[in-house]
Amino acid sequence: MIKAEHVRYAYRGAKEVLKDLNMSESAGHCLALLGNNGAGKSTFLKCINRILSRQGGVISVSEQDVKALSRGEIARTMAYVEQHTGVSRLTVYDTVLLGRKPHMRFGPGREDYRIVDEAIARLSLQEFQLRYVDELSGGELQKVVLARALAQQPKVLLLDEPTASLDLYNQHEVMRNVSEIAKADRLLAVVVIHDLNLALQYCDRFMLIHDGFTYRYGDASVITEESIREVYRVPASILTVKGRPFVVVDTGIAEGEEIHGA
Amino acid sequence: MDREPVLSGKEYRSFIREKKLFLLGLALATVAVFILSIALGSSNLPLGKVLAALAGRAEGKEKIIVSNLRLPRSATAVVVGVGLGIVGCVMQGVLRNPLASSGTVGVSQGASFGAAFAIIVLGGGAMSSNTAGATLSVINPALVSTCAFLGAISCTVVVVILAQLSRSNPGTLILAGVALSNLFGAATTLMQYFADDVKVAAVVYWTFGNLGSTFWKDIAIMAAAVVIALVFFWLNSWNYNAMQSGEDTAKGLGVNTRQITIWSMAVGALTAAVIVSFIGIINFVGLIAPHLVRRFVGTDYRYLIPASGLAGACLLLLSDTFARIVVAPIVLPVGAITSALGAPLFLWIVFKGGIRRK
Repeated sequence: MIKAEHVRYAYRGAKEVLKDLNMSESAGHCLALLGNNGAGKSTFLKCINRILSRQGGVISVSEQDVKALSRGEIARTMAYVEQHTGVSRLTVYDTVLLGRKPHMRFGPGREDYRIVDEAIARLSLQEFQLRYVDELSGGELQKVVLARALAQQPKVLLLDEPTASLDLYNQHEVMRNVSEIAKADRLLAVVVIHDLNLALQYCDRFMLIHDGFTYRYGDASVITEESIREVYRVPASILTVKGRPFVVVDTGIAEGEEIHGA
Repeated sequence: MDREPVLSGKEYRSFIREKKLFLLGLALATVAVFILSIALGSSNLPLGKVLAALAGRAEGKEKIIVSNLRLPRSATAVVVGVGLGIVGCVMQGVLRNPLASSGTVGVSQGASFGAAFAIIVLGGGAMSSNTAGATLSVINPALVSTCAFLGAISCTVVVVILAQLSRSNPGTLILAGVALSNLFGAATTLMQYFADDVKVAAVVYWTFGNLGSTFWKDIAIMAAAVVIALVFFWLNSWNYNAMQSGEDTAKGLGVNTRQITIWSMAVGALTAAVIVSFIGIINFVGLIAPHLVRRFVGTDYRYLIPASGLAGACLLLLSDTFARIVVAPIVLPVGAITSALGAPLFLWIVFKGGIRRK
């Protein structure tokens, strides 16, 4: 589905952010992009759908180099959800209808309305559909942009920190939706995320980016005490809570003291 | 995940119907104001005679007043109002700035410079006097219009080139427009400093904006430019809708933001340049018309663009009528009236919280 080899990128006049990123992922998975601030997670996400143009290496989607695709073709294959989406005086329905933009010629048709209705129902937004998006809460807005992404009928969902600044309930609500959609629609979801436990709970593939390189890549077994210490520079313990791995950062815990799994 | 049968956009369509009704209401209001503007003036005409004259069934004085004086003037106001309204609306959208209008990219100052150059250096203007007192007139309007157009276009070309270089960052574009406006303003001032007072007066008079000096041929040229711009903008309305959510999101939705920005700026500035070169500077209409209707139709550009155009036409018709009747038979400069009426209206919108940043 998505394959990246030796990807490099540098912002104008700055040093290289991405030095050598490699990955290959198939549909039906939820991949977490992990790493500290400035590691290049968002940059990599933007390189995948060519918002930024990579300067070295290859990124391909379904065996096609993204550089060979038009912007419209990319938008019909991949949906991108920005970290801070701009809010405008558009209704929820119009915002989701924007997801049909890459598919329509001059305006929406019957089929577009059907797909939008479906996306709205899927994220339970019916009662909001005629509200203006600049009046919504953060959690509601995140669901609206997720519905817009679904209306694009993509094969790949690219999400940049979809849970940032959401409350506990909405963090889980959004991630539950993303992982269910990835499985049900056989999509590949690529999620930039900072909360390791949220990632461990909803994602099945993990890529740790460190200093512009792919540091570890694979299933949950790549999240180890050692890799966390190396990437995030914090001591951490991985416990087993209710049968799932659970990361506890050890900073502040007096030496010799131990936390035991519940 | 269960998929229940859903209403096929039914609620949404009834919501859209409300916006269409608003547009229809605005169009009817424009027609009403248009007829009113023909009826009112230094000599008022009864409504029945106006309608008869419009239908071509009037005789004598009424026929001359309507078809030679007021109809071309009001038609000019409609074309100019629509043009400035839609250009302001789209400029505010692509530059993501609520204060943008055609003046932001230097069209007004560029045109003023061109007009001043034609009048002062090429000798296209003069002063004449008649029984009503001294009046200023431009003796070679075609020359002045052409130079004003070239001035506006050269300013726009520089801004568009800067847009290319700056990767169409909206903030940079606005700053570039301000810098260029000042440059052209300075050049105009210097030219005026060395010119004689008759020519300076002619330049100043030109910048007032005058809806009464156009012929049907001029109106047709302006209308053609406005119609082309309207079609271009309207076909891009979904792109503008997408661009409101930010540049990266718009790109993710398949919008080539750079191209859309540059083309929209170019079409908008060109349209404004055509208008300004025929009638001079008219402030505030392009700025305020989109804000007036945004409260009612939101920022859905499919409706915001035509609504801004109609609001612009209404505003300009009202301002011009006011300018003609308030101290009749003296006609006040319409540019001053749009600003005088626009400023309090603008403040009212600001303090009602109607202006949103995006």
